[in-house]
Parts: sequence; C-alpha cells; structure tokens
Amino acid sequence: MRQQRTRWVPTLILLIGALYCVLPVLWIVIASTKTNDELFSTAPFVPVFNGGFWSNLDALFSYNHGIFGRWVLNSVIYAVGGGLLSTAIAGAAGYALGKYRFTGSVVLFRTIVAAVLLPQILLAVPQFLLLAKVGMTNNYAAVLLPQLVSPFAIYLCKIYAEASVPDEIMEAARIDGGSEWRIFRLVGAPLMLPALVTVFLLQFIGIWNNFLLPFVMINDDHLYPLTLGLYGLMIITGGQAAQYSIVIAGVLVSIVPLAILFLSLQRYWKLDLISGGVKL
Amino acid sequence: MSRPTRQYGGFLPAVLVTPAVVLLALFTVAPAIYAVFLSFRRLKVGRGLLGGGKPTEVWTGLANYTAALSDHEFWASLGRMLLIAAFGVPATVVLATVFALCLDAKRARLTGFARLAIFLPYAVPGVVASLLWGFMYLPATSPIGGGVIDYFGTKGIFFSVANVAVWGVVGFNMVILYTTVRSLPRELFEAAELDGASEFQIAVRVKLPLMAPAVAMVALFSVIGALQLFNEPTTLKPLANAISSTWVPLMRAYTDAFVDNSIYEGAATSFLLILMTVAATVVVSAVGRRIGRAR
Repeated sequence: MRQQRTRWVPTLILLIGALYCVLPVLWIVIASTKTNDELFSTAPFVPVFNGGFWSNLDALFSYNHGIFGRWVLNSVIYAVGGGLLSTAIAGAAGYALGKYRFTGSVVLFRTIVAAVLLPQILLAVPQFLLLAKVGMTNNYAAVLLPQLVSPFAIYLCKIYAEASVPDEIMEAARIDGGSEWRIFRLVGAPLMLPALVTVFLLQFIGIWNNFLLPFVMINDDHLYPLTLGLYGLMIITGGQAAQYSIVIAGVLVSIVPLAILFLSLQRYWKLDLISGGVKL
Repeated sequence: MSRPTRQYGGFLPAVLVTPAVVLLALFTVAPAIYAVFLSFRRLKVGRGLLGGGKPTEVWTGLANYTAALSDHEFWASLGRMLLIAAFGVPATVVLATVFALCLDAKRARLTGFARLAIFLPYAVPGVVASLLWGFMYLPATSPIGGGVIDYFGTKGIFFSVANVAVWGVVGFNMVILYTTVRSLPRELFEAAELDGASEFQIAVRVKLPLMAPAVAMVALFSVIGALQLFNEPTTLKPLANAISSTWVPLMRAYTDAFVDNSIYEGAATSFLLILMTVAATVVVSAVGRRIGRAR
C-alpha cells in the first residue's frame, strides 16, 4: 500500500519557483491597467479599471505615427523568415552530414562542432565591420543573413538524422528506383520533422530575442525589431517618469502573445534532443 | 569504407550542404578573420607630403592588444563580469537542478503548472526582461521594496543584473535537466526505494550522480552565457548610474567600435573575448569530463 499524501517540500519549492518566474509578468499585466499617476499612487498588485489599459495601448500604438506596430511586424519578419530559412538550411546540411560520407564531410563536421562553441553574439561587431566595408548594413538582410546559419542547429539535425532515418529504409527506396533527392524529400525530411520543429522554435526565439546584432546593424528606426524599439523607447522616455506607462504597455504587448504561443506549443518541444545530443 | 550506404548520393549531399557552407564562410569565418586582420591595423594620420592629411591604414603589430590588455578598465570590466557570473552561474545550475528533481519527485503536486510557470521567462527577450525587472527595481514603481533596498547601488547592481539573467534561463535549463531525469531507468529508483532509501536520498544519491553530465552541460552553457553578457546591463543602463558604457567586456567592444569610433581596438577586444570563450569552454568541459570519470 502506497500512501497518497502530497509531498510538501518539493511542492512548496516548485511553488516558490513558479512565483518567482510569474510575479514580474503578473506585475506588468497589472501595471498596464494604470495611468501614470495611478502607477505611483495605487497598491502595486491591485489592478485599476478606469480605462487606463486602453489609453496606454492607444498611446503606445499611436506613438510616433504608429511605429510600434512596425517594430512588431519587423520582429515577425526577422523571426519567422530567419527561423524558417535557417531550419531548412540546418535540416538539409544535417541530413547530408548524418546520412552520407562525401569529400570534406569529416572536416566540415569538425568545423561545425568548433563553431558551436563560438557564440554567434561575439561575432556581431566583426560581422558589422565586414558588412560595413562592403556597404551592406542598415537593411533587413544585414540582420537576417548572419542568423541564417546556426552551427548548433546543424549539429542537432545531424545527430537526429543519424538516429532517426534508418539506412534500411533508404536502401529499400534505392532498390525501388528512388533518386537520392526523392529519398530525401519523401523519406528523410518527414522523419526529421520533430527535430525540425524544435530547431525552428529554438531559432525563432533566438532571433526574436536578439538585440546586439540589430543594435549594431540598423540605424533606421523603421527597421528596428521589437527589442531594439523598446530599448530606444526606454532611452527616450527613461528620464521622464511621465512616460513609464507607454513602456510598460510595450513590454506587455511584446511578452503576452509570444508567451501564449510558446506555452501552447510546449508539447512540440523536443528538448531531450539537446540533453541527449550534446555530450561533454 | 565499411558503411557502403553512406557513399551513395552523387551530387545531393554536396548540394544540401552548400547553403550552410557558403553562409558559414561569409558570416562566421570571414568576419572572424577580418576582425583578426583589423586588430593588427591602425589609422596613421597623413603628414601632408603627398596629397594632404588623409589618414591611412597601416600595420601596427600587437599595439591594439597591448593597449587593451594594459588598460585598467578592460580588466575591471572582466572582473565585473566574473562577479556577476559568480552569482548567476551557481544560482542557475542549482535552481535548475533542484526544480528538475522536485518535478520528478513522487507525489509532488501542481508540477504541470510549475513547469509552465518556470519555463515562461524563456519566451521573454532579455531586453524586455531587463525592462520588466527595471520597473521592479525602480524606487518609484517597485513592488519589491525598491524604496528601501538600493537595487541600482554600486554593490546591489551586480545582484540585480545576475537576477535578470538567471530569471531568463533557469526554466530552459530546468526542462533540459528534467528531460534527462525522465530518461533514466525507473527500476533503479524502485530498487533504491525497496532498499529503504527516502525520496530525498534517492534524489541526491541516485538521480543526481546520473544527471551529472547534463548538469555539467548546463554549467558550461551558463559560463558561455556570462561571457556574452550585454543585453541586460545595456538595457538597465538608462536606469542605473552604476552601469558605465564599458561595464562588461562585450559592452566595451561595442563602445570601442561605435562610440569611440576605434574599430581597430574594438576588433582586438572582440577577438580577445572569442579567445577567452574558447579557453573557458575547454577548461569547463575538461573539468566536467574529469568529474564524470571520477564517478
């Protein structure tokens, strides 16, 4: 007979952890219902229902001729476009490295493993210096192109292709007369789909959260992603407490949709790919 | 050539890797080489003998490196980064491990809710997390006693920055470690239970040693993350006077190249950071391997 009593120690630890992670977000949701005056005069965790929420959103989206909407759109372009392309590139390269041996494949794989250890963010300043030399900064491509290839994504796809695309099936398809391209399209790619979804989500979040690369590459505020736009908003309004409610509304708008999207997609996250794939 | 199936493929594998190879060459290898090249160059102001005072680029040897390495502020920025890492890395590793073990503990309640809640900050960009916590710290708006506690003081700021970083990554690391625990053979835990081990003893004596490689990986990612610290201090800078424009190494590389317009020193600082990251990776993974072997 097992007792079904609740274990209080782990439950309590988890609740404290959950509180730590959720409270700041909850505070932002509540703070966004307040006008600037109410922000400083009312209790921190009590929402106010005097229409402050809508007037804050209105102020945010009409700020500087609606540039905030443009930033949201730019972030979507960077993250969805860059995420899809980089996943396709990593999937193709990972499949080739995992399932074939060809001239230079060993050297290429070693280079990729070395590049995994080199954080892309440290390359942002060198990438700018090089692109500035050829006059290619301050446009969408300057932010998208450097993020299209992720050594870590290629590495994960290679490991996954090796483990989940059986040689026997490929061999059987060959005997049936399938070309290598058809085998990739009809056998390899579908089998790799779970890994590709995870890689896409990782890339999407990475690009969505990226700050330094657009920070160095972009001058024109019409090309800013959300992160850079909100930072600029804070720099401009930071000195004046009278503008806090606009920044708070901006923070809320940039968190909530993404949080809902990712928490609802949680069962598609195959993070065991990472814990199993990386060996020290 | 013992694996014949790997040899077929004709042009396909080459075609499939081409986009990745081209992009890697253009946006990873080339910038790194260019940064190294620039780091050995400097601008020389023209003497006006042949066509005026236009500055020209000349070789300068290791001057940019000696300038960076002999600069007190460079070491100070490294020291500040290490101080933040000294808070942040152990906090991330310990919290993520404890949460993962609690999620896996028998008869713990509300685990589904806690898992989602702790993972939530991962979907919040570092810049936005910093603004969020910035308001939590700011005396005028703080719900956590910012009026009494000086979160932006010369000492408090280290804790404040580390806290934002930990908040952002602890959930992701927890999920990685939790997936690792779940993949361990259950029979081991049942056998330990039959032997009379308590839930706590099973967690610490059985699960934790088996998780060690994954914990080492989380630690490695956290150390590398600390070297890249930029978003959080940069975003908190307008709120906190204690943060200077060269507060951490990456901020310094940025300031060199963009504020002081000295791309040569910026390139040298960037390359030094890359070297340090590689060194840190080698050291941490060697230590991790040694711990793994000792077990």
